[in-house]
Amino acid sequence: MTIQIKPVLTALRRHKAGTVLITLQIALTLAIVCNALFIIHARLANLGEASGVDESSVFVIRNQWAAEWPTAQVDAQVQADLLALRQLPAVRDATPANGYPLQGGGWDNFVTLTPEQTQPVTDSAVYLGDEHFIDTLGLKLVAGRNFRPDEVMVMGTQQAITPSTVIVSQALADRLFPDGNALGKSFYAMGATPSTIIGVVDTLHRQGVSQWNKAFTGQSLIWPIRSADSRGLYYIVRAKPGQLAAAMREAPKALYAQSRLRIIDAKDGLQDYATIRHKVFDSDRGMAILMGIICAVLLAITAAGIVGLTSFWVGQRRKQIGVRRALGARQRDILAYFLTENFLISAAGVALGVVLAYAFNLWTVTRFALDHMSLAYVGVGVIVLLLLGQGAVLAPALRASRVSPVEATRSV
Amino acid sequence: MFAYYLDLALRSLKRSPGLTALMVLAIGFGVAASMTSWSVFRAVSGDPIPWKSAQLFVPQIDNWGPSNNPLSQGEPPNAMDYADATALMRDHRAKLQSAMYQISPSVVPAEATKHPINVSGHAVYGEFFPMLDVPFQYGSGWGASDDTNRAQVVVISSKLNQKLFGGANSVGKSVNIESHDYRVVGVLKDWNPQPRFYDVVNSGGFNSQSDDVFLPFLTAIQANMQNDGNTNCNAVPKESGFVGLQHSECVWIAYMAELDDASAVSTYRNYLQGYAREQQQNGRFGWAPNNRLRNLPAWLDNQHVVPSDTKVSLLVALGLLLVCLVNTIGLLLAKFLRRSAEIGVRRALGAPRMAIYAQFLTEAGIVGVAGGVLGLLLTCAGVASVGWVMPKDIAALARLDVSLLLLTLLVAVVATMLAGLYPTYRASRVQPAWQLKSN
Repeated sequence: MTIQIKPVLTALRRHKAGTVLITLQIALTLAIVCNALFIIHARLANLGEASGVDESSVFVIRNQWAAEWPTAQVDAQVQADLLALRQLPAVRDATPANGYPLQGGGWDNFVTLTPEQTQPVTDSAVYLGDEHFIDTLGLKLVAGRNFRPDEVMVMGTQQAITPSTVIVSQALADRLFPDGNALGKSFYAMGATPSTIIGVVDTLHRQGVSQWNKAFTGQSLIWPIRSADSRGLYYIVRAKPGQLAAAMREAPKALYAQSRLRIIDAKDGLQDYATIRHKVFDSDRGMAILMGIICAVLLAITAAGIVGLTSFWVGQRRKQIGVRRALGARQRDILAYFLTENFLISAAGVALGVVLAYAFNLWTVTRFALDHMSLAYVGVGVIVLLLLGQGAVLAPALRASRVSPVEATRSV
Repeated sequence: MFAYYLDLALRSLKRSPGLTALMVLAIGFGVAASMTSWSVFRAVSGDPIPWKSAQLFVPQIDNWGPSNNPLSQGEPPNAMDYADATALMRDHRAKLQSAMYQISPSVVPAEATKHPINVSGHAVYGEFFPMLDVPFQYGSGWGASDDTNRAQVVVISSKLNQKLFGGANSVGKSVNIESHDYRVVGVLKDWNPQPRFYDVVNSGGFNSQSDDVFLPFLTAIQANMQNDGNTNCNAVPKESGFVGLQHSECVWIAYMAELDDASAVSTYRNYLQGYAREQQQNGRFGWAPNNRLRNLPAWLDNQHVVPSDTKVSLLVALGLLLVCLVNTIGLLLAKFLRRSAEIGVRRALGAPRMAIYAQFLTEAGIVGVAGGVLGLLLTCAGVASVGWVMPKDIAALARLDVSLLLLTLLVAVVATMLAGLYPTYRASRVQPAWQLKSN
């Protein structure tokens, strides 16, 4: 079966307006769908970002103090609280902290290799915790050692102390010392004195997930500091396997039993990691869903538009189809004719669409600092639209192929 | 004549229900998607204080210098340190002005049985209230002498007033904040402007939780009430504690000033320039003055208060509407030209081109109205479920109101009529002779 392209083009020339409109519609659809797919994929990738935390059994308590205590008294209370938490039957371990991975924002410092350096090498999220931090979060220590209890310092409100030891994430170690072997090396994180790397953990996500944080993904450090801030602190708690719910019930009770002069917010004072992850990626998930809905609506409308216009063309050409059939064209020749016609229009549409898609992407790159779109999205978009076109045209084309040769003899 | 065209249009639409439904659905979905996105965009890009935003200014002073602020591309920090904020307050060069910082104190209810609660608020100067036209239910703000005397006074929100005093007039009563007693001088009406324009750096613009307490700035400093907002430092403070923060170059204070006309603005600009030069001369700044003085709309824009997600969504939704319209043009064209014979007969019987226009635009209009009604329903559903796909603080701002509904209908009808123009033009060009002959 040979497909004649020339008669198809000749016929299309008699339907200029319709052809141009469908071409334009396919082009616009492709442009939008490519960009939407690109946004969806980027956002879904965010949703799956590894935190490094044993998320199924870790939860976070936001503990605020309801009294103005001096540093020593706050620290005594924190130590008592931690002891109580660690003794709970459902709890495996607990640590004091100034923040937690995927919190949505928090403390970060610029990092330099020498104290005089004015241009920082990079930026690192700063976590404060004691010798239980690594076990509580479920981090994997890949090199070096954990903090010793005697290395843990106490930090009062707005107190500036720089511990001499630090544990860094693999990402930060690689960034600072690309030739490997970061253990034993030291760096400055906005302090007058250096911190020496005594350990490296595998993955430890930053608190923030914003665009700004993207440039420093996974670069975090842990300082052996127990926060005695008079405002409050976080307790990160790891439940024993399968006992998360029980631990989350017991923990606040145990804390209130220690002292009532604290506030654990009823709404978000106690959060498990499922909640934390859900909350921090709220807008990413929403954007992916929204773009998904728009893509679906767009493709449905374009498919329907093709069905509508082709049906009209079939209706208009019944007589001509009859003549062709009477002159010996088989049913599948007629079918092939309409499929070819649609393919030519769709091909022109996607060609224009690829240009539009790139133009739109380029504009969002300059205007909203989004990333450049890779070729794959355009490829997927082109295939989807070509298949959509052929699928949409099938029903009217089949109807056309069933036009009886007798139609040729009818006058109306 | 219009009734006749209406009748003709309805008959024609009924003859091809599939095609009609398709057009109505396309218009409905297209309009609803763009109107839903528009409602969100409108909510986040709105001017929170339209009658005054051009007179409110945010000064920025570069106290870090070019080398210490590597990622800012020459922009000064977006907040102030304690030294600059208090110096500007002391000099008092604007008509009204206030330095402010975010606080999160605990409030201890009078009944011993109740737990202390944590509230959020701001430490501000007395001029904050008249400058921002803050509405009061009872009482008022405090005066300049209360600021300088570090008076133990507080302005509370209506919500906190409800919680502590059952909503009664509580002016003169006392509230225990961080174990000190403060006298209530004013109770606000419901006031939670979005974006929270007086401190966008800490609220990120949108914050569904309202500020519940306002304390005098210097009183809060004296009471050692910690800053609960962002603190950004170019170096670790030399001294510890809250006092150490006040002595450092860390920035954590928001500042706003009211300047009523162009000459006041340029005078203030000169004043800032002079202030920074003075700091340069006395050796604190090792660089030339680098200040900014933006009015509120420019400031909100500079701080990217409207999330780029919202803008991208609106653009994509408008793209969807455009595709729907192109689709409608194609379908209307098919629909109208299918009736070439009918048009030929009408023209041959003496109908002028204008009559053909009127007939077919009526038909397009009906599709538009039907699409608009469907769009209205879908927009209602869209606005109601926008919280499902957008961050809660922002989604809560999207509102359904009469103007949005009217706009939905108007966009649907106007867009469809526009889409109908070309098909109608083609219909009016049908040659009667040719049509009559071929049949």
